[in-house]
Amino acid sequence: MNQADTAWMLVATALVLLMTPALAFFYGGLVRSKNALNTMMMSFVSLGVVGVVWAIVGYSLAFGPGNAYIGDLSRVFLNGVGLEENGTIPHVLFMTFQGTFAIITAALISGAIVERMRFGAYMLFIALWVIFIYAPLCHWVWGGGWIGQMGALDYAGGTVVHINAGVAALVAALVLGSRKDYARQAILPHNVPFTLLGAGLLWFGWFGFNAGSALGASPAAGLAFAATFLAPMGTVVVWALLDLMRNGKATAVGLATAIVVGLVAITPAAGFVGPMSALALGAIAAVPSYYALVWRARTRLDDSLDVVAAHGLGGAVGALLTGVFAQESWNGSVNGLLFGNPGQLGIQAVAILAAIAFSGIGTFVLLKLVGVFVPLRVESTEEGQGMDVSQHGEEAYAAAEGAILVLPEREIVRPSPAMATQGGRA
Amino acid sequence: MKLVVAIIRPEQLGSVLEELYKAEVSGLTISRVQGHGGERDHVETYRGTTVKMGLSEKVRIDIGVSNHFVEPTVTAILRGARTGDVGDGKIFVLPVEKVYRIRTGEEDQSAVTPVQLAGAG
Repeated sequence: MNQADTAWMLVATALVLLMTPALAFFYGGLVRSKNALNTMMMSFVSLGVVGVVWAIVGYSLAFGPGNAYIGDLSRVFLNGVGLEENGTIPHVLFMTFQGTFAIITAALISGAIVERMRFGAYMLFIALWVIFIYAPLCHWVWGGGWIGQMGALDYAGGTVVHINAGVAALVAALVLGSRKDYARQAILPHNVPFTLLGAGLLWFGWFGFNAGSALGASPAAGLAFAATFLAPMGTVVVWALLDLMRNGKATAVGLATAIVVGLVAITPAAGFVGPMSALALGAIAAVPSYYALVWRARTRLDDSLDVVAAHGLGGAVGALLTGVFAQESWNGSVNGLLFGNPGQLGIQAVAILAAIAFSGIGTFVLLKLVGVFVPLRVESTEEGQGMDVSQHGEEAYAAAEGAILVLPEREIVRPSPAMATQGGRA
Repeated sequence: MKLVVAIIRPEQLGSVLEELYKAEVSGLTISRVQGHGGERDHVETYRGTTVKMGLSEKVRIDIGVSNHFVEPTVTAILRGARTGDVGDGKIFVLPVEKVYRIRTGEEDQSAVTPVQLAGAG
């Protein structure tokens, strides 16, 4: 047991947990005001639903010994997850740290189905998704499964988190169909400052995500930290230049998106590449995601908040570039294409394709299954009214005018018409 | 000249504007208003406090038109704003005494006739 490692992992875990509320702000700002709460709730509810599922069975399936494809049920209800060492930190802390990853991964998917998915169906879907998609894929990469054994590099979750969520988002957007106003009316972000706030907080939390994935207060954590610092900076600059070339104006929503794309791309590479490689990786990753966003908006695919372009494509580009920029002199174990090991790129590609296939097919089956029990979409009139009122009975920006207080006492002692007449006030 | 005042659902505004555009009605003013027209109140709960929202968000459209444009304007709004549920709104057609176009000082009929942009396109 190492106390410095434990101290850093305590902080890192809290940082990653903050990313889910940050995502709520990032997504919440991008939707229309009538759907702001619902969109933010889709992230916030993941803190509850996925956290509970993780403790009950998710952790065991992901990190139980099991075989090359799935963990086992030996850690169900956190059985045997105690104060003993896991690496150099308490096992129970390791479980918590990994739980925060499951929570944000599920929440990421919501960006593709905002403004139309029934909230109950969403809760059921993410609960099942963490058990049947996230946990096995996590096991393949980090829990001793076949992708990890094959030597694929995924420092903090390029495949497990971002490609996984991105592909699930693509499938979810296709299964649910587009919003009724999509491509008919302009649907604009209602609060761009929220989106910038969310992007900033995501970056802050991501230091825990990437540098925490060193699982200790080590030099590798410092390297991952520097990569997390530099990569989005490269992305932001390239993105702003692309914006300037295309429209003559650098946009705020674009810059917020660039931060996320840079963070996504560096995630698999963080502890494997040198700092200048991280900067280059972030800069390169801006290009495919930028053009994917522009292209997507012209299609019928209503991936409303561009989860596929930012996370799916950004994650895939990052995972491939990890195989290009990995450098033994920094990570002490493996080189990439640029440093004389072209084979690594092939291994990365296999890991990416496996994640795409598994997540894509699995998510499709789960959504169809959930759809058998609960309708996935709200009624068209509810969609028009807005999800905040129809799903939550609340408004993000309620005007109190005309609101009539309902007092429970008054209902209990409601006078009958006869009594009211006797009182002389009928 | 008439003033056409329509109170509609906010979510129908897009399709109403589309219909008006098709009907070649170009000059209009909209405002966000709150109102009540017999639709069922929706209930909201904030912690322990339950409230009935008596007023709903609506959009008000004001359009000044010459007499022969009243019919197409009203038809366009009816087509764009109707969902069939209670709460679709109302259209009022009001007589107008005088109209001035501020830029030119034109009055009445010519003030509500859209300008043909010379050489446009």
